[in-house]
Amino acid sequence: MVSETVEVKGHIIDSLVLPKILDTILAVPSARFDIEDVRIGRKKSDTSYARLTISAPSRSVLDKLLLKIEQMGAQPTQIREVKLARAPKDGVFPERFYSTTNLPTSVYFRKAWRPVLHIEMDCAIRVEKATGRASTVPMSDAKKGDLIVAGQSGIRVTPLERERNREVFQFMASSVSSEKPKVRLIHALAEEMHQIKAGGGKILFVAGPAVVHTGAIPYFVDLVERGYVDVLFGGNGLATHDAESAILGTSLGVDLKSGKSTQSSHDHHMRIINRMRRLGGLRQAVQKGVLKSGLMYSCMQRGVRVVLVGSVRDDGPLPDVITDMLEAQNEMRRALAGVELAVMIASTLHSIATGNMLPATVRTVCVDINPAVVTKLSDRGTFQNVGLVTDSESFLRELARQIRNFPSFGRRPASKR
Amino acid sequence: MSRPEYFRVAYEINPWMRISHQPNLKKSARQWQELLKVLTRDAKVKVSLVPPVTSCPDLVFTANAGFISGREILASRFRYAERRKEEPHFRRWFNRQGYRVRNIPQGIFFEGEGDLLCHGGQLFLGYRFRSESKVHRVISAWLHERVLPLELVDKRFYHLDTCFLPLNANTLLYYPGAFDAYARRVIQSFAPNPVAVTEKEAVKFVLNGVVAGKTLVTNEGFSTKTKRMIRSQGFRLIELDLSEFHKSGGSAKCLTLYAPARRCDR
Repeated sequence: MVSETVEVKGHIIDSLVLPKILDTILAVPSARFDIEDVRIGRKKSDTSYARLTISAPSRSVLDKLLLKIEQMGAQPTQIREVKLARAPKDGVFPERFYSTTNLPTSVYFRKAWRPVLHIEMDCAIRVEKATGRASTVPMSDAKKGDLIVAGQSGIRVTPLERERNREVFQFMASSVSSEKPKVRLIHALAEEMHQIKAGGGKILFVAGPAVVHTGAIPYFVDLVERGYVDVLFGGNGLATHDAESAILGTSLGVDLKSGKSTQSSHDHHMRIINRMRRLGGLRQAVQKGVLKSGLMYSCMQRGVRVVLVGSVRDDGPLPDVITDMLEAQNEMRRALAGVELAVMIASTLHSIATGNMLPATVRTVCVDINPAVVTKLSDRGTFQNVGLVTDSESFLRELARQIRNFPSFGRRPASKR
Repeated sequence: MSRPEYFRVAYEINPWMRISHQPNLKKSARQWQELLKVLTRDAKVKVSLVPPVTSCPDLVFTANAGFISGREILASRFRYAERRKEEPHFRRWFNRQGYRVRNIPQGIFFEGEGDLLCHGGQLFLGYRFRSESKVHRVISAWLHERVLPLELVDKRFYHLDTCFLPLNANTLLYYPGAFDAYARRVIQSFAPNPVAVTEKEAVKFVLNGVVAGKTLVTNEGFSTKTKRMIRSQGFRLIELDLSEFHKSGGSAKCLTLYAPARRCDR
């Protein structure tokens, strides 16, 4: 059992603040409280006082509870400054470092709550002594001597409110099911995408090669052309098969028009990789007129920021694929700035990696034919997630159809990213 | 009040704000002018103006400057950095007008009359989205009065003055959906005659109205039934079109800060 003593002061009886706090504690079956002191005011303007000790089986249960009742006005008897410890060497956090969540977080440093910048889960919090600025830092980026938040005190995590004006996320809670009215959901998603674009926000797509295999590329290209894709994450497979289908008309050797597989086509993707490596990469292939259509082509023409990240099973890979994982993580982080919605289609590992990097305030939509993938992403702590169990082609076809009802967005000003 | 010269949606800190949905400058100036005219001419209110500031588009919402009692004002500390820029301007202005400006202790948020309202001699504080519950003790210690904190639960009604309208000492108009169950119980026990309005009315910001004597000035949108009730209390109801300010999540009440002539005039 862990416990903490809190105080509640003020007009806590008439306003039902104290009963509400006690009810809130009682609502957690494993938690309990002991009232150590109560003083009730006699006159109307008198204030009352209560001191209680709250116990819970684990620190996380207790913290969650404390957070709730703190909003109601209860305060830990001593406000604790955040504890800091120095990173012992590059790429290593101090032993008792605080591991972050993806929720908005503040730290109490030098008598003020300071919001933590660049929220990301499974990182640590670095505080700059001179300015009091607090931001998350991934393990590999820690530098020897950095001041890192240690322990649990002086940290405040704000749970997300369910937003009412976001229809799609209200319409579908985060449960995963294949039994959902998809057309209605996709319509709500299209509306959401339009709102985000109209408000200057960015939309991220994460896609796996099944998008190519199922023949969904034309619909995906349509979304790109209409300006609804700002950032694209994928792997070697997505780009390779996209180029394969654009140049040879097959995906993993299967003819996308007839659906037939020919004996001579099983090595198509290898030939494509080899050709791209000879040319120097996808961009060079576009410049030299070898790659004239497809997803990668459209993204390059439209200035979509594409980040391709490799994996251990890759053939080749394409020169555009980042194979240094730390570099890839940082490249992904940089590309996430300004993203308000992430749509993840038929991709397991890239989706989970992306989900882990996103603050919980970014909404995610996960589309996969396999319910386990959708569930897995929800289990990774990615809140505000709408899961959709469906084939990627039918999803993209419907989304592209729905998005045609909304205005397109122009090409982003050319940037040299 | 403060002229909407630089009024625009420059950021999104409540669900009504959309940068892509900008108010029309001319139209908002006209709507604001109409409110000023109605308040001074029809409701016979004396209005002082705080000069607008380019970098503070929400300075028009003077209700959030603080809470005035006599010649003292408890100055706000805004929850969002975007609006914190307004604090020094309000502070300087009130100082110059001869007010004693009182400050909130470090690290507590309070958004003035937006979240603190008086009804039938009882002070109510809305908390969670903007002001914090614990600020009620600061207010109570200052005014020597009981302050009842009410938890707000609907982001669309992020300030108390968007869902809680004291009409006179007896009658309160409120939107129950904006409060949690405890707050609803507190309202029912401490307001002599609480009258609920519907969600359809509340989203029109009809409860963000200015009461001056027997006149209620508010955005249009009350149902016929509520209008009849208001008039039966001897009120003159003046409905205005304040749609441009709605885009920022504000309306008549937000555009005004009440400065009672005497301390007990609430």
